[in-house]
Amino acid sequence: MKFKEDSRYRQANREAVMSLGMYVLFFAWWYFTAYGLGSGDPAGYSYVFGLPSWFFYSCIVGYIGISLLVWVVVKLFFSEDSIEGEDPEMKGGRQR
Amino acid sequence: MSNVNMIVPLVIYLVLVFAVAVWGKRAAAKPSDTKGFLEEYFLGGRSMGGFVLAMAVITTYTSASSFIGGPGVAYKLGLGWILLAMIQVPTAFLTLGVLGKKFAIVSRKVGAVTITEYLRARYKNELVVVIASLSVLVFFMASMLAQFIGGARLFQTVTGYPYIVGLIIFGITVVIYTTVGGFRAVVVTDTIQGCVMICASVALLWAVVNAGGGMEKIMAVLRETDPALLTPTGPGNAIPKPFILSFWVLVGLAVLGLPQTTQKCLGFRDARSMNNGMIIGTFVVGFLMLTMHLVGALGRAVLPGIEVGDLAVPTITVKLLSPFWAGVFIAGPLAAIMSTVDSMLIISSAAIVKDLYHHHAVKKNLPVTPEKLGRMSLAVTAVIGVIVFLAALRPPSLLVWINLFAFGGLEAVFFWPTVLGLYWKRANATGALLSMVVGCGGFFWLMIGKIQVWGTHQIVPTIVLALVAFILGSYIGKKPDDETLAAFWGGE
Repeated sequence: MKFKEDSRYRQANREAVMSLGMYVLFFAWWYFTAYGLGSGDPAGYSYVFGLPSWFFYSCIVGYIGISLLVWVVVKLFFSEDSIEGEDPEMKGGRQR
Repeated sequence: MSNVNMIVPLVIYLVLVFAVAVWGKRAAAKPSDTKGFLEEYFLGGRSMGGFVLAMAVITTYTSASSFIGGPGVAYKLGLGWILLAMIQVPTAFLTLGVLGKKFAIVSRKVGAVTITEYLRARYKNELVVVIASLSVLVFFMASMLAQFIGGARLFQTVTGYPYIVGLIIFGITVVIYTTVGGFRAVVVTDTIQGCVMICASVALLWAVVNAGGGMEKIMAVLRETDPALLTPTGPGNAIPKPFILSFWVLVGLAVLGLPQTTQKCLGFRDARSMNNGMIIGTFVVGFLMLTMHLVGALGRAVLPGIEVGDLAVPTITVKLLSPFWAGVFIAGPLAAIMSTVDSMLIISSAAIVKDLYHHHAVKKNLPVTPEKLGRMSLAVTAVIGVIVFLAALRPPSLLVWINLFAFGGLEAVFFWPTVLGLYWKRANATGALLSMVVGCGGFFWLMIGKIQVWGTHQIVPTIVLALVAFILGSYIGKKPDDETLAAFWGGE
């Protein structure tokens, strides 16, 4: 191939992988809290704030947790650089 | 139940939405050429900030089913159905994060305003474009019709006024503001509708918990009614594991294929907007899903004995709130409906004006002025809106039937061509075509034949089949030419 790849794609790909990673994490939490704590007889359920504990951890804590995780990961690892059509690095290179 | 008090807040709300749409339209810069016009009318000049982006993605995604259908099932099946609804929490960060900046950069490189245009630039194949445009038109018309019918029935149930009155009031509102204001009006009104949805859901949940005497008491009543209402699997194992896990595909991963959502990924202003959109979007969509479905599930303890699930939320609203406030809160689901319809309307219009007509005109060297394109865009949007409106007066059974396939069908057609086009250099037209045909055809075949693989929803084998077809096709067909690759991956 006779072109130089847009230098911003590395970061973009990394961000896509991080998003997928958070998705997998959310799934794991959702699955293991719901079915780990909720598979038994409902008579034996423990309760947190009036809700069955499986539901509390899976749906309430899981939701708040993923919201915070997305916030932290995006703020720490996502770039705020240009998304315009032209790669700013190449523009610089051409001027030189 | 006919009540004027209920209509007043609704009408005030609709007038407000309308005013904001017109204001949004006037705030837009007047475009000087056809490219400027198209980018403005169909994409709002790529100017969405983080909050608006989040709201636009979420409100388009949350439709009548999140406000009426879903909570109705939660009423019948209990907490297990809320567990299912929570699978949708990642929608915003997944869509924006995975397609994300690469999609934004690529669409700017090739000047794509719609998903179809992106597919055209990537695969350079007329058939891909025609299939994409037709799927958008057919599936969107069917979905819009279903939303209209749902909205009008809801209106009828709550206010007691005839079906047609509701249809006219909100149907005409949404068609007019979308036609006049274009994409910009769509996202501005979506933002307001999102806020209304949040307020409506909070107020309703608060009313339900209050009426039930607190969470512990409500849970005790549910346990007495049927202990299975408190389990993840529901009464009589109504929500088996393979079924609920399929939803991680249907309303999870495969949402990356829905053109009405992915379109929004082309329209944000800068990277910061996208980042904030992910954060706000995740928070808001989870909030709406949780509160609305809790209303349904807990409502069973407060108002038992509602036979039809779809009537659960309307009945709860009317019984627990005073008429005036019921009117305010019924605006929530209507907002959800309108914000879904407006996005579909504008994309359907784009499919005809931009993807089919404008491209053809440019190729044939026909003279196209911004004025002419402007008149045409307005006319096409209005005509599609009016057709759907008329269809909702006496719903044709064919469209109602197609709607059952619309959500999964769109995913089957668009998922792999959209995602792999972005991340796989070998992806080519043969692969995309094969994937679209096999995906859509396979989905219809599995759905109609009620064929299930290991107890999963039909979307799961469909997505697998479509992937196999895509990979096979891509290796059979020729490699994409250097020009395409350079346009997509090159730095300049």
